[in-house]
Amino acid sequence: MEKSAELLRASNISKSFPGVTALDNVEFSLRRGEIHALMGENGAGKSTLIKVLTGVEHPDTGTLELENKHIMVHSPQHSQELGISTVFQEVNMCTNLSVAENIMLGREPRRLGMIDWNAMEQKAKQAMKRLDIEIDVSRPLGNYSIAIQQMVSIARSLEIASAKILILDEPTSSLDVNETRLLFDVMRKLKNEGIGIVFITHFINQVFQVADRITVLRNGQLVGAYEAKSLPRLQLVAKMLGRNISDLEAVSKTKKKHSTTEKKESLLEAKGLGLKGSLEPMDLRLMESEVVGIAGLLGSGRTEIANLLFGIDDPDTGSVTMQGRKVERFSPLDSIKNGIALCPEDRKAEGIVGDLTIRENIILALQARYGWWKHLSSQKQNEIAEKFIKLLDIVTPSPEQLAKNLSGGNQQKLILARWLATNPHVLILDEPTRGIDVGAKAEIQKLVLDLALQGKSCLFISSELDEVARTCNRIMVMRDHKKAAELPGDAKEQTIMQTMEGSL
Amino acid sequence: MNKTSLLDRIRGNRLTLPLAALVLILVFDAFYAPSFFKIRIQDGHLYGNLIDVLNNGAPLALVALGMTLVIATGGVDLSVGAVIAISAAMGAVLINPALGNELISNAILTRDATNTPLPIILLATLAAGSLCGFWNGFLVSRARIQPIVATLILMVAGRGIAQLITNGQIMTIYYTPYFWFGNGYILGLPVSIYIVAAVFLLAWVLVRKTSIGMFIESVGINAKASFYSGISEKNVKLLAYTFCGFCAAVAGLILSSYVHSADGNNNGLNYELDAILAVVMGGTLMTGGRFSLLASVIGAMVIWTFALTVYTLGVPANALLAAKAVLVMIVILLYSDVAKRLTGRLFRRKGA
Amino acid sequence: MARRFASLLIKNGTLLITFAIFILEYFIGGQLYPAMKQPQVFFNLFINNGSLLLVSIGMTLVIISGGIDLSVGGLLALTSVASAALLKLGVSPAIVIPLMIVMGIAFGGAMGSIIHFLKVQPFIATLMGLFFARGLAYIISLRSVTITNSFYKYLALTPLHIPFLSKVYIYIPTLVAPIMLLAAFFLAKYTRFGRTVYAIGNNEQSALLMGLPVTRTKISVYVFSGLCSALAGIVFSISLLAGYGQFATGMELDAIAAAVIGGTLLTGGVGNIFGTLFGVLISGTIVSILQFNGTLSSWWTRMSVGVLTLIFIGIQSFFYSRERRSQ
Repeated sequence: MEKSAELLRASNISKSFPGVTALDNVEFSLRRGEIHALMGENGAGKSTLIKVLTGVEHPDTGTLELENKHIMVHSPQHSQELGISTVFQEVNMCTNLSVAENIMLGREPRRLGMIDWNAMEQKAKQAMKRLDIEIDVSRPLGNYSIAIQQMVSIARSLEIASAKILILDEPTSSLDVNETRLLFDVMRKLKNEGIGIVFITHFINQVFQVADRITVLRNGQLVGAYEAKSLPRLQLVAKMLGRNISDLEAVSKTKKKHSTTEKKESLLEAKGLGLKGSLEPMDLRLMESEVVGIAGLLGSGRTEIANLLFGIDDPDTGSVTMQGRKVERFSPLDSIKNGIALCPEDRKAEGIVGDLTIRENIILALQARYGWWKHLSSQKQNEIAEKFIKLLDIVTPSPEQLAKNLSGGNQQKLILARWLATNPHVLILDEPTRGIDVGAKAEIQKLVLDLALQGKSCLFISSELDEVARTCNRIMVMRDHKKAAELPGDAKEQTIMQTMEGSL
Repeated sequence: MNKTSLLDRIRGNRLTLPLAALVLILVFDAFYAPSFFKIRIQDGHLYGNLIDVLNNGAPLALVALGMTLVIATGGVDLSVGAVIAISAAMGAVLINPALGNELISNAILTRDATNTPLPIILLATLAAGSLCGFWNGFLVSRARIQPIVATLILMVAGRGIAQLITNGQIMTIYYTPYFWFGNGYILGLPVSIYIVAAVFLLAWVLVRKTSIGMFIESVGINAKASFYSGISEKNVKLLAYTFCGFCAAVAGLILSSYVHSADGNNNGLNYELDAILAVVMGGTLMTGGRFSLLASVIGAMVIWTFALTVYTLGVPANALLAAKAVLVMIVILLYSDVAKRLTGRLFRRKGA
Repeated sequence: MARRFASLLIKNGTLLITFAIFILEYFIGGQLYPAMKQPQVFFNLFINNGSLLLVSIGMTLVIISGGIDLSVGGLLALTSVASAALLKLGVSPAIVIPLMIVMGIAFGGAMGSIIHFLKVQPFIATLMGLFFARGLAYIISLRSVTITNSFYKYLALTPLHIPFLSKVYIYIPTLVAPIMLLAAFFLAKYTRFGRTVYAIGNNEQSALLMGLPVTRTKISVYVFSGLCSALAGIVFSISLLAGYGQFATGMELDAIAAAVIGGTLLTGGVGNIFGTLFGVLISGTIVSILQFNGTLSSWWTRMSVGVLTLIFIGIQSFFYSRERRSQ
């Protein structure tokens, strides 16, 4: 029997939850030996489709065919047995167990009824070798970086008998350029072995580097499936948005409007600021009315600067002066009192207090500044909440909604609102547009520029170079825990990248 | 759906379930044990089972108040029983510090007098309890020890400390003004009710009229995000545990006053479990977050009313423990997701 | 070879420290009270703490899985009273003992099911289990029930002499705990069940997504704890030839303390069966030392165990945070 080229076909898939239609009559097909990118804005239905394919959710209507045979996926375990493996954005493995155990968990080799630890390590070593990676498989998984953990996750997926399909859900979000390249090499190797790979990502660059076909979803519906070769970038974004991307162009125009040559006051100055193991001593100066970008690979020291300036960590060398006054104590509360605000990288763990209302989340930092005894009245709280909901266009029926019910993009705006409410002079933004749709991205970038116009100083940390280039007056490039260079705001993306990598 | 119906609002309110449980038990009593409701007036004071519930339930209600704040920060305090014992011992010893190896005539020992003025005794008792709470809070917030483990230590060692204070003896108290706290009456109602009301008021002002309440909830829901927002998780937790110790001290005062003695072994036995149950019945999650002081107090009342009902019905005392277990299990189940889904479906079918 | 040894040392750091403390403690005891140097004293540790060891073993597995079982003391008491009552009615031990084991398994299964299917927190659910079990024990009998059955008496009073050591003996029930210890060790390290327990304790969501049989394992862990508690109840009732509802009050806390001292983290995912053994031996040795002293009240035992637990947690958090920071 001839092996058909089509590996997986999902037809007429619909899925609804109370109040929302997540998928509406969606089609998806995956060929043998192809890398198929699945794209769409937040709320487009990508994760729901994946959940259907992996048995986490059951579709209301529609059929699934695997190698031309009709199937129904009952559970994640069942999907693995069928040959569909998934690697999620958050590495879903057990950090307390060794690499070898994680790879073989549930299928540990046994001898005389007992687990054979030696055989397990051998098999694990082989599995990692298939990906061209050599590490000590007996050490706990938690000892390794997220990138390696993801590789281990992929190795595990492949180890499971006859893995035909590999689904990668936002695998590159936590990886730097080198690690991404490594991942793509692995993906291409697997593709050549005939495995079908579904690649979900936000990064348009990466899609064109590695994908054969692209499927675009919007609002739960299928927009279309295209050959990557024949789809121009701009068209892809337009299809994802369903409109023109003139917003992004508007942002560039705003920046040009803001650039002036007026003499500016220095707001924040850091001299020789450093922390052993995180950041080499460096100097930094933020002036009012400007946006300074920080670019760099993951682990280059970007978030570390933010954490030191905001007082999350204590520096062991150097000093910081804010508006001429030396900062004596480093803590978030002291920073807030000094007029510094930090919108953190991980909004779920470091930002959103899920069971508190939107109103409470917005006034939280402001109230912290006032302390325990000076309580903001309900009236005042409502005023502030309404003001920022309107300003940032946070979509919610009421300020008394729980924060955890907001979508990702609105949650990011909520955190931003919290920090804007403290009326800071210096606003540090660590990856403020990560994981939110293009429309909201543009809004936030425009907001940052508007803040600069009002006299504030923004420190904009981002891994998306086009964002940095579009919004910043100056760009600091970090590499290997130290400041590599300071580039002007109109530097080419190419230049920035090369500085990040070290070739410049 | 723009307006939440009255039914939804009732379902969503924290007080509903504990109140419903209380009402249910009282209704049951109305049919099967009407003597429960008999209130008589004697010497200008009110007597009866209902009054007893309020009086005896007062120490539990107090401990539940303190425990609520601790649980809301995501922790737990297993040492409250021991703290009750320590506080009671402190009070008894100060009233009559002459004990141990000295030979004292019985007349002196049973004298209706105190060696330390009453206000100092009160201060010392409350301070002792608060210090215990502070110690727990210190271990949890500064030494970063898990709450179960940290408070376990005082729970285990605390009774030993209480014994040390009283030199291993059960101390009987003879100083009559001290009895007022557990046995006195104001305007016909037991003093203990007023004490609970006062502490409740204090707690309520502390958590709702300042930002402390919101900070406690924030720390319980997401401690890291609270830290990033400038909230001192350490100080919030320290306050919660100290207040819990304070409440336990007040409870110890009432208890020892009521029984006229301080017994390191038995004072406050099993109070920690009852207090946790009261808080859980009041809808506060053990993982921390949103809390309601009133709901916890009602939860304490439910436990006591239930116990007294069982007793009034003539059910042998030895069955009380098992019965309590079943009661709380039912309440827990009602709070669980499973039940919420079932009732949701029930109410939805009745009409949008 | 040397590197393997070194890595073994690091991996089992806490266990070695616990072991070292036990040896040190025992040594100090021997120096203070020469009578302690008798080999019988060592075996007495096992005779006197058999039930605690059994209960702690079950507790360790439950804690590793990320849960906790507060019902162990109550189940032990229930088992003792139920068996005593049945024996008094004339039922043969051949029926009573297996019946108690079945009861323990069923009880554990009920706990596990309530925790998993009804999504009730382990702390609350097993607390209720404690109340319920002890409550049932009180219903069966408020007062202590003596056991006069001849088989039980035989088990309680027949010494087993230790080979190569004269005048040193243990009893038959003493063997139950070490056997369960080995069984638990085997389960934890060499079966898929055991590894799944560790996985669940670290991250239940991950374990589920990795296709592990989470439901089965979670409930089984409580079943195992129920089994251990029932066995402990049987051993206890044999040793004291009585059943009493107030037996083992507070034993759940002693078991948790033993597990913690042995290196098990209350957060789950980390734990060591042999560590728990040393945890029990350490607190047992303290009791021995205090008994040999004779003047200090029993309250000092409770306090010193409390202090010891505190010290251990300090060591644990020191090591644990060091390990995490090195990543």
